[in-house]
Parts: sequence; C-alpha cells; structure tokens
Amino acid sequence: MLLASCANQSPQDSLSPEGPVAREQDKLWDLTFLIAVVIFFIVELLLVYALVRFRERPGRQAAQFHGNTKLEVLLTVIPSLILAGIAVPTVQTIFDQAEEPEGALQVNVVGKQFWWEYEYVDAGVITANELHIPTDTPVHLTLDGVATEVNGERGVIHSFWVPRLAGAQDVIPGRTTSMNIQADEPGEYEGQCKEFCGLSHANMRLRVIAHEPPEFQTWLAEQQEEAQPPADELAQRGQQIFQETCVACHSIQGVTDSPRNVGPDLTHFASRETFAGAMFPLDEENLRAWMEDPPAVKPGSLMPDYNLSADEIDAVVAFLMGLE
Amino acid sequence: MAAHEAAVAAHDDHQTSTGLDNTKLAMWAFLGSECLFFGSMISTYLLYRNNVLDGPTPHEIYDIPYTSVSSFVLLMSSLTMVLALNAIQRRDQRALRSWLLATAFLGLCFIGGQIYEFTTFVHEGLTMSTSTFGSSFFVLTGFHGAHVTVGILMLLTLYGLSLAGKLEGPEGARPVEFIGLYWHFVDIVWIVIFTVVYLVPTE
Amino acid sequence: MATVAAPRRGLLARPTAKTGVWGWVTTVDHKKIGILYGVTAFVFFILGGLEAIAIRLQLAQPNGDVLTAEAYNQFFTMHGITMIFLVVMPFGVALMNFFIPLMIGARDVAFPRLNAFSYWCFALGGVFIYSSFFFGGAPDGGWFGYAPLSVQLPGAGMTYYSLGLQILGIASLAGAVNFIVTILNMRAPGMTLMRMPVFIWMVLVTSFLLLFAMPVIAVALFQLMFDRVFEANFFNPAAGGDPLLWQHLFWLFGHPEVYIMILPAMGIVSDVLPTFARKPIFGYAAIVFAGAAIGFMGWGVWAHHMFATGLGPVANSAFALTTMFIAVPTGVKIFNWLGTLWGGQIRFKTPMLFAIGFVAMFIIGGLSGVTHAIVPHDRQQTDTYYVVAHFHYVLFGGAIFGIFAGLYYWWPKIFGRLLSEKLGKLHFWLMFIGFNLTFGPMHIVGLQGMPRRTYTYPDNMGWDLMNMIETVGAVVIAVSILVFLFNAVVTRKRGEVATADPWDARTLEWSIPSPPPEYNFKEIPLVKDRDDWWHRKYAPTPEGEPVRVFAGGADVEADDDDGHGIHLPSPSYFPVVASAGLPVMGWGVVYTAWPVVALGGLVTLLGIFGWAFEPSAEEDH
Repeated sequence: MLLASCANQSPQDSLSPEGPVAREQDKLWDLTFLIAVVIFFIVELLLVYALVRFRERPGRQAAQFHGNTKLEVLLTVIPSLILAGIAVPTVQTIFDQAEEPEGALQVNVVGKQFWWEYEYVDAGVITANELHIPTDTPVHLTLDGVATEVNGERGVIHSFWVPRLAGAQDVIPGRTTSMNIQADEPGEYEGQCKEFCGLSHANMRLRVIAHEPPEFQTWLAEQQEEAQPPADELAQRGQQIFQETCVACHSIQGVTDSPRNVGPDLTHFASRETFAGAMFPLDEENLRAWMEDPPAVKPGSLMPDYNLSADEIDAVVAFLMGLE
Repeated sequence: MAAHEAAVAAHDDHQTSTGLDNTKLAMWAFLGSECLFFGSMISTYLLYRNNVLDGPTPHEIYDIPYTSVSSFVLLMSSLTMVLALNAIQRRDQRALRSWLLATAFLGLCFIGGQIYEFTTFVHEGLTMSTSTFGSSFFVLTGFHGAHVTVGILMLLTLYGLSLAGKLEGPEGARPVEFIGLYWHFVDIVWIVIFTVVYLVPTE
Repeated sequence: MATVAAPRRGLLARPTAKTGVWGWVTTVDHKKIGILYGVTAFVFFILGGLEAIAIRLQLAQPNGDVLTAEAYNQFFTMHGITMIFLVVMPFGVALMNFFIPLMIGARDVAFPRLNAFSYWCFALGGVFIYSSFFFGGAPDGGWFGYAPLSVQLPGAGMTYYSLGLQILGIASLAGAVNFIVTILNMRAPGMTLMRMPVFIWMVLVTSFLLLFAMPVIAVALFQLMFDRVFEANFFNPAAGGDPLLWQHLFWLFGHPEVYIMILPAMGIVSDVLPTFARKPIFGYAAIVFAGAAIGFMGWGVWAHHMFATGLGPVANSAFALTTMFIAVPTGVKIFNWLGTLWGGQIRFKTPMLFAIGFVAMFIIGGLSGVTHAIVPHDRQQTDTYYVVAHFHYVLFGGAIFGIFAGLYYWWPKIFGRLLSEKLGKLHFWLMFIGFNLTFGPMHIVGLQGMPRRTYTYPDNMGWDLMNMIETVGAVVIAVSILVFLFNAVVTRKRGEVATADPWDARTLEWSIPSPPPEYNFKEIPLVKDRDDWWHRKYAPTPEGEPVRVFAGGADVEADDDDGHGIHLPSPSYFPVVASAGLPVMGWGVVYTAWPVVALGGLVTLLGIFGWAFEPSAEEDH
C-alpha cells in the first residue's frame, strides 16, 4: 500500500488532489492511513513475534491462563479512543463539504445512458462529457438522473467522479443530489462513472477542463452562440442527412427546432476533444468508425446503426467537424 | 408435522436444554423472522401510499365498513382457533375437528372477501402498475392473504391428521398449538395492516 | 436389532436405504447432509473460481478482448452470487451441520427433515440460478442488483436472480431456525451456554442474523420480481418509485450478510488456535460477547454502502460513527486471538497455518474497513478496486481461509483419514501468496482511480502492471485449489488413518470415533467444563500445568456395539420432493408459464403433505 503514495502517472489518482474539495478528503485519508499503518505493523509484528517465540519446543509447557481482564479492557478502550480521534475530523469534514459555497458557478449535471449532459444554468449553455470550469472558483453541481422514459431511454443510477477534484456523488433517477468541485490550476482532469450502469459502464468517461477565469468566460461566450453554418457542399449535405436522421435524438442550436436530449447537444461538437462519453478522441477517423456501427464500438450504446453509406458518413462527419 | 421428529430426536433426553418445546421455539423464531418480512412491506407501503399518479387515492378506494367486516371475520377465527386448542387439550377429537373447520372457514371467508376487494379495486382503476401506491398495496395485502391461505392449508392438514388418528395421546395437542401460534400471528399482522393501511389517514 | 421387524410398507412408508444414491437423497443424518453441503459448495467454488479467472484474464491488460461486455457483466455478477450464496455461506453450513451436534453432545439437529430440506433448497436453488446460462443469459446486474437497472436489464437474467436468491433464502431461513433450536435446546447436560465452543456461539449469532436479514432481502427480491414480471412500480422512477428503497432494503440485509459470512469463520479460528497453541482461548467471555456485539451492531451500519448517494450530513455522520465503532469488537477478537497464542506451544499444522493466515489477513481487511468510515474520502474509495481489495481480504483472506482451517482441522473427523500435511502446507503457501498477489495490488489501483465492475480500461491510466500481477495471483490461487483437490483424492484411500483425536484437541467432537458412528454418542456426555474433552484428558498439577490422566483419544474406537436401541430419525423422500417444486415454480415465473408454476406449487405442496403424514419410524417397529 505504501507504493500507492509513490505511484504517479495515473490521471485518476485519488491521492493526488488538485483542488480544495479533494484535498480535504485526502487529509482525512492521510490521517487514517497513517494510523492504520502503525496499527498494522504493531499487530502483525506482535503476531509474528508470538508465532516465533511460542513455537512448540520440547520440554516446555503451554501457559494455561484464560484471560486478563485489565489488559482486555485496556485493549477495548484504546481502539475506541483512536476511533474517536478519527471521528471528530470526519464529522467536521462531512458537514463542511455538505454546504454550498458562496458565489459558486451553478452547473446541472444529468447522467445519461453512458454519457454526461451539462447545463450552465445562468449562461443557458448545454454541452456534454467535457465539463469546463474556471480555476479557483467553487463549482456547485446539481445532479439529476433521467426519471421519465424518453425515446426508449429509461434512467439508471450513475455516479459522477473526478478523483483529483472530488469524491463521487451518485446521480439517481427521481432524486436531485449535489456536490462541489474546484480546481487550483488549469488543466484536464479525468473521471468516469462509478456506479454500475449497464453494458458500457466502463466507457462512460468524462473530463473536467479547468481554465483561468477569463479564458473560461471566452469559452462560455463561444458556447452561447448558435452553430456555425456548413462551410461547403459536403457539409451541407451532411446537415441535410442530420436533419433527416439524427434530429430524433440530438439538438444543434440554430439547426434543429425542438430540443432533444437523448443524445448529446452537438451545437459546438467540434470544439470538444472527445466524444461518445469521452471514450474516443475526436477526429474524423474515430467519428467515421463510430457512425458505421455505434453499438459495435460502444456496447449498449443507444445510438443505433443507421446503415449510412460511406458517402453519407463522410458528409455527416464533414458537417459535424465544422461545428466549432 | 415436525413434532414427531422432534419427539424422536428428543427421545433420549426427554427434556430440552431450555425446557421449551423444540417446535414451539422454532415457530417463535420463524414468527420473529416474519415480523421483519411484514415490517419491510409495511414500511414500503408507508413510503409509497401518497404517490398515486393518475390512479385512485387510498381515501377514494378503500371501503372501510366492508374491510371492517372481513377483519372482524378474521379476528373471530382466532377465537375458534383457541376453542380448537381447548378441545384437543380435553382430548375431544370431534370438537377439535369442528373448530378447525370453523377456523378454516372463517379464514376462507376472509380470503374470499379479499379477492372480491381486489377485483373491485381493479375495476375502479387501481392495479399493481397504476402507481407505487397500487404496487405496495397489492403486494402487502396479497402476501398477507397468501399467509392466511397457507394457514388454511395447515388447518386442513391438522384436520386430516386428526382423522388419521395422529393427534391422539398426550403429544397430540402440540401441533395444534404451534399452528395456532402461526394463525394468531397472521391475525395480529392483519390488525396492524388494517390500522396502518386502511385507518390511518393519508395526506 | 431395530430392523428385525420389517417396516410396514405403505403409501407413505419411509425409505430405508442407508447407502447408494437413494441413501444420500433421502438422508436426514446431519453428518451426511453436512458432506452434501460441502461437496456441493465445492463444486460451486470451482465454478465461481473459473468465473474469477475469466474476469482476471479479461482485465490482465488494458482493452482486453477475452470477454465481451455482456459476458463480463454476467461473469462478475455470477462470481459474486456464487461466492456469497453458493460457496461461503453453504461451506459454513456444511461444517455447522456436521459439527453442531457433535460439539454440543447431541445425536442430530432438532429438525432432521427440515435440515435435508434446507440442503435441497440450496442445491436446487444453485442449479436454478446456473440454469440461466443455458436459457438466455445469466444475471448481469451485479450481485447487489441495484434498481432501476436491475428492473430494466433485458433478458431473463435478473428475474433468475430475484427468484434464485429467494429459493436460497428459504434454505438459509430453514437452516437458521433449525440451528437456533438445536443450539438452544439440544445441548448435552451440563453444556451451559458459557461452556459452548466459540464456533457454536458464532453459529448462534449467525443464525439470528440470518433469521432477521433473510426476510428483508426476500421483500426486496419480491418487489424486484413484481417490477420485472408484473410491471409493478416499486423502483420505477417515472412512477415515483425510489431507487434508494432497494439500496436500503438490500444493505439492511447485505451488511448483516457480511457478518453471516465471517462470524462462523471467526468461530472456527477461535477453536483451532487454542488446540494448536495447547492453551484455552484467551478471554472466552470477551470473544463471545464481541461476536454478539458485532451481530447487534451489524444492523446499524448498512448505509455506509450508500455514502455517495447523498443521504445528507447527519445520516452520513451517524453511519460513519457506527461503522468506526463496529471495529472495536472486531479488534477485541484479534487481540484475544493474539492472547491465545501468547505463552502457547504452537504447532504449525496445516489447520493452524490457515487460522494464522486468517488472523493476519483479517487485520488488513479490518483496517481498510475503518478507512471506509471516513465518509468524505469514502466517496473516493467507493466502487473502486480499493473496496474489492477490502472485502476480499475479509471474505477470502477471512472467511475462505477460516473455512479451509476448519476443513483441514475436521477432515480426519469427517472422513476418518488425515489430509497430507505436506500437500496441505503447499496449498496454504500457494494460496497465501496467490491471495496477496491478487488482492494486495487492488488496494493500489483502487486508490489510483480504477472503478470496479468495468469490463475494460484504457491503456494510459497507470493500472497495467498491477492488473497483470493480480491476474498472475489469481492463477496461483487456482493452482493451490488443485493441490487441495489432489490432496483430498490421494488421501481418500492412502491417507493416514485418523484416530479419534489426532490433534489432541479440546472439544466434544474429538471424544468419539473418526468418522463418527451414525448415532454420534453412544451415551450422551455429561459436560462439566468448557473444553470438556481437554479436561477429561488432562488434570492440572498444583502448579497449573496439565498432566495427562488417561491414554487419550486413540482408544475411543467403535467397539462391537452398533448403537442398538438408539432411535434415530428415519430417512425421508419428502424434503427433496418439497424443495423440487421451488425451481419449477421459478422457471414458470421466468417464462410466465402459469401451468408450470402451478405444477411446481403442487409438487411442493405434495411434498409438505407427505412430510406431515408420513409415519415417524417409531410407530413402525
């Protein structure tokens, strides 16, 4: 277990906090882990000592005692006191972290079938999988599950988790929960769904991208704009196919009419680094492979194989990659 | 039933360590377990009874006078059960059989009443899938009905054992006593259900 | 001789076969039922182990392609269900069955036919769940079956789950009632509660836990079944159903279930350590009360499985405290085991190695358990491999090591031959090393953010090396099990013949021949002390040192007396008939074939009526 502290290069390492929420959680861990390691060594060494010291040797008799009340009471009281010592900061941190910080950025999070939807309440921006946040600013996430059935999607429990920023919070259909996250430095923080949610539970990834506050404001302003019109003929054809097929589940501000959210909002799709529940890096090749047969590359994906021809896929890819 | 077996097993040491009869102890343990079973079901009902969606509310659908009558019938069956036990303790097999039949009959009346009630509810638009109220109501009262049905089968088994002459002798009263315990328990559970489900007003 | 008068043959005459297939099928002898339990549990142990190996092969490297996501979900679900309900619990029950009567000085359990019924419910319930592999897919929603996913998953898998666990629950409930009555009521004269072996005490606590936990899961499973099969709304959020209801009910059962699995193993270890340290247990009363305290407190900690669900700070704090303080009685046990070793003359026989392995591993599992109680950080740990590591240290390092300690310890009593010490020690060391290789690194990958129940992981996460080590460890464990199997097979015919008391042990089961005669005790013993058998063998000198008072166990072999005149319950067909209807009803519900349900119900009903009306053997003579 000691190795854990020197291990590195794990983008989801829960022991390398990069924000105050995770840091407070980590402090409790450091305290408890230290105590546990000390107790571990004391008890295991006593065990080994007893095994060596009292191994069977000819001519010696086993001592026939039945107990030692004083010692037993002592060994009940000491662990109780140690635990009480851990309990105090634990309860404090529980209550501290349950509060909503003042001046927090409000984001609604919805756990969908193998991807995440984010809604920036004040800005009216909807995006997916990649959560952009300003650094050094508390972010209050309100988490909802999918309660009602839409287009064959029925909600299940998910859990939102970005280890380096905060411990997990379950997302439960029919209930609203909340959590706080905050990042110290600009950067990308990986995470993933942590409650078993079906076939592609393993592929329900996410990332939090932290910017300096001014850059974040720029990003937010860009996201508020409507989608860019298709740049060329191919993309135009792609938009046409999109409007015949994909609109059943996806929205694009300025292109589609009624909002759909079975699949992610794609208004600024090309501004993202990943897609399909942050499972694949976003490039034309991956996107093409995805559209050929989504459930084949992501088991259980709700996006069906529309049997688009290679030309049609090219067109849709061109259209989507233009949605900066 | 198991009483014979216990008698055989206890053959050599006539007395149990606690002095309690094996089967009686087993029945008490089982009833303790049943408390948790109905406790969980009743808790579920309390959690869900106000959630009716578009379906009928408890207040709209319950027919308190009707259910009071069937509850009374079930309560009376506890009385006849006591009389049955009393009869076998007097070694009066004929009276035992009469009271067993009377108890089973009252139980059947209750079950019949419940079937009629369920049918009416379904006609009035409350089914298992109407709302969580519907789900929790039917499952709770349905499982209670199943318990009564099992009780009736046990009473009829006792009737058969008596006819076969297997309840003669000093040990004969024991199976009647144990099944009586079960029967009274199921009645008591109904009193709780009747109070919590039917009488306590909802929001 | 009792069989001189031929039994009256009637429609309901009781079977007479003592050997052969029918002898086993109709047996009500607690020892034979114990062996049936053990063998069946071992078969499931192999199956659950193969599932584990498949899981580990899939996860050995990132982006593994050994299993599809569908297969992986079925395998990890069935691995959990198998190891919990079809291995650890029934293995414990196997040893309980065989040894409760022997350790308390009784001729059988209180309800021998109910005992057989328990076994058949367990065996057929296991067959029922496994049949799902052949009928369209096994359960794939996790052993914890979280709603609403468990309601929505297509296929019949989770319906099998809801019904199969129900059948296994009946087995557990019947067993619990039986053991409670047996322990409370069938003790030999002088065997007061505070003279009972610790194992018996732990079985008693376990049985009470089962008695009260099983109905809770039964209700949850019924609700799940009604949701899946009859479109009820218990867990349907669209209709206002609350997914957390399932979690509360499940863990209200599920956490006591953890103690149901570990307490019997603690009991075994508490009897093995004194035997091989040649000392009485240190702090008997404390160890018994600690077990009972764990039993009580086990009811107040369930929501620590739900710290990430948002129960609110008050509930989270309360459950954090209960979870921390349940470590106190657990610690008491560990200190008492150390106290038992202290000053002893420790003999490192195989059962002792497993018992020591249990203590050493359980310390780790216990400490990592305390780290779950620090709620804010638990939200990091929960649903990661850190938790997988923790509960395997408790349930494998704990329960399975304890069970193997019991198997090696009692094997000579059960089968009359000793297992090979050489092979046993090889088994222990392989298993000990393999176990730590498999589950030790899981602590690390868990803290490095690897979630559990994921069929794959990308290659840039820093988890590759640890996962490969874990897979290697799993293979080592598999080899160790093969060594055990080999040991069992070769010593069956050629092993050293066991005397009545090969370990110079302390409790009553060692006062009778190995294997025990059908009637166990020729005369019901009169118990004067805790560790009565030890005190019959050794008297203290004025200095308090034990001195042997007679030649000991070896001469307590069966003589010519074949137990004439001792009445034992007769075999019966009806337990197996009554239980046979249950899986039939289950299949009927899965495929909504109501005639099949009726048929199953009829079979069970006939079984029960036959049970009630068949003659007790006594009347036949």
